[in-house]
Amino acid sequence: MANTIPNRQVICDTLLELAKEDRDIMVLASDSRGSAAMAPFAKAYPDQFVEVGIAEQNIVGISAGLAHSGKKPFVTSPACFLSMRSIEQIKVDVAYSATNVKLVGISGGVSYGALGMSHHSVQDLAVSRAIPGLAVILPADRHETKRMTEALVKHEGGAYIRIGRNPVEDVYENDDYEFVIGKAVTLREGGDLTIIAAGETVRVALDAHDALKEAGVSCRVINMHTIKPLDEEAVVKAALETGHIITVEEHSIHGGLGAAVAEVVVQHAPVPMRILGIPDEPAIAGKSAEVFEHYGLSADNIKKLALELLGR
Amino acid sequence: METTALKAKAAQIRMDLLKMIHGAKTGHTGGSLSNTDILTALYYRVMKLDPANPKWDGRDRFIASKGHSVESLWCILGDLGFFPKEELKTFSQFGTRLIGHPNNKVPGIEMNTGALGHGLAIGVGMALAAKRDGRDYRVFCLMGDGEQAEGSVWEAAMAGPHYKLDNLVAIIDRNRLQISGSTEEVMGLEPLEEKWAAFGWHVVSIDGNDMDELVRTFEAAPEIPGKPTLVMANTVKGKGVSFAENVAHWHHHVPNDEQLALALAELSAAIESYEQEGLVR
Repeated sequence: MANTIPNRQVICDTLLELAKEDRDIMVLASDSRGSAAMAPFAKAYPDQFVEVGIAEQNIVGISAGLAHSGKKPFVTSPACFLSMRSIEQIKVDVAYSATNVKLVGISGGVSYGALGMSHHSVQDLAVSRAIPGLAVILPADRHETKRMTEALVKHEGGAYIRIGRNPVEDVYENDDYEFVIGKAVTLREGGDLTIIAAGETVRVALDAHDALKEAGVSCRVINMHTIKPLDEEAVVKAALETGHIITVEEHSIHGGLGAAVAEVVVQHAPVPMRILGIPDEPAIAGKSAEVFEHYGLSADNIKKLALELLGR
Repeated sequence: METTALKAKAAQIRMDLLKMIHGAKTGHTGGSLSNTDILTALYYRVMKLDPANPKWDGRDRFIASKGHSVESLWCILGDLGFFPKEELKTFSQFGTRLIGHPNNKVPGIEMNTGALGHGLAIGVGMALAAKRDGRDYRVFCLMGDGEQAEGSVWEAAMAGPHYKLDNLVAIIDRNRLQISGSTEEVMGLEPLEEKWAAFGWHVVSIDGNDMDELVRTFEAAPEIPGKPTLVMANTVKGKGVSFAENVAHWHHHVPNDEQLALALAELSAAIESYEQEGLVR
């Protein structure tokens, strides 16, 4: 049966659990407690919840002040606004001042598909990746979201997390695996080609793996849940051992996962590579799945691209 | 410290910062001179601080939202022993930690600032943390008047009264000049006090270069429980140096040898008169 629990709800449930023991955990919302699925947290821990109103610069500044005072703030705000409107606060108040603020961009990528470019966040990885010391994480499914949230509470330092709005199909069978920030997970072994994905495209990559298997291609699949710090070792190993790389991301083809991987590949292990993502244009309107299909973020298209890359 | 001694201290800090800017050949002279009295009142009288233990939990917090006027702050922190005063000579030099904006690698600096319109939101966060934890420290945030054009100032201005942060004191260094000229010509701010009052702040308007008024105002806050305080500190940009007073050009003009000598002579004379005043008392 398909999963019906969105990642945002998993973050709330996990924080609700952890906040029992840790009174420094705080959640902030910008009139977004509903869309962030944080209403239960606000109700259970009113002293650990802060409503800021529709003011993304303010929410990051206030969180930096709270973190400076020993709190562990989780900012939950739409990724499109959080990653753009408040980027200077992220740069100065979080990264430069070195405050322990977790920035959770909700309804990320093209989750708000039909609402248009103002509500798409497909430049957020490029922007956040350029901020010194900021971790950038995209969990692949609900199990990873749980493990990531636990890791974030323990992690000292700033981080930008992007999650989608709707439930995503499971990638993991359960949450019984080790999640380490900055350590990629190889989900499938293979020798001809590596597909590197993050967030909601990991499921697509796994489907592509199966389609390629039928075509006789042995395909490695890496879940690069942490875009920064990037697991360079996993990338180099994939390049050397499989000789071909395709990256798949719900993000502009400029500056995101593909760019991060390419920076490593060209310098340390040059191999043929393809970057699959949203082209440099205002993304088309539609449901997430329709937008993914339109831009070829699909198993079929990855298979086609892989066969081309392999010259088959 | 008594107010007469505070006045002499402020004059000494002005001398120190002028020498530092002259030596470094760079600095925001005008704004640092205008806010020196405010900082002297806070650091030598009002705020709970321990220079030997800069991260002491119970300390009052200061955020220099107008981060560019850091020269007076560096001189005060050096004078109080947060770091060796000798280090002031490295101001703005290659590799120094005493850069042209507050830097929290330096003991006594809470947060890095420099991009305008950031400080008050941070102050709201610090004051809110104190309220939620039942702590009694206070938070002081100094803003520029030109800074009032930043929209983010008003996001924070809305949040302070919403959360009833009477442990928060925002100060505007109202010297009426910014880099391009008069604040009212660049982007009209008036009626500024009414704007803050309308946002729910308890507004107190004072002469921001008058030590007695500064001390009285800071010590009295909060006068209204549940309301944050906005101190409109009406100051003179370039205060204490006759030829720099009220001249926009001195925003980041550096004194030459002759101007430095003249300024130091004026300030020495001021210190002497405060000392005599102290003796008479």
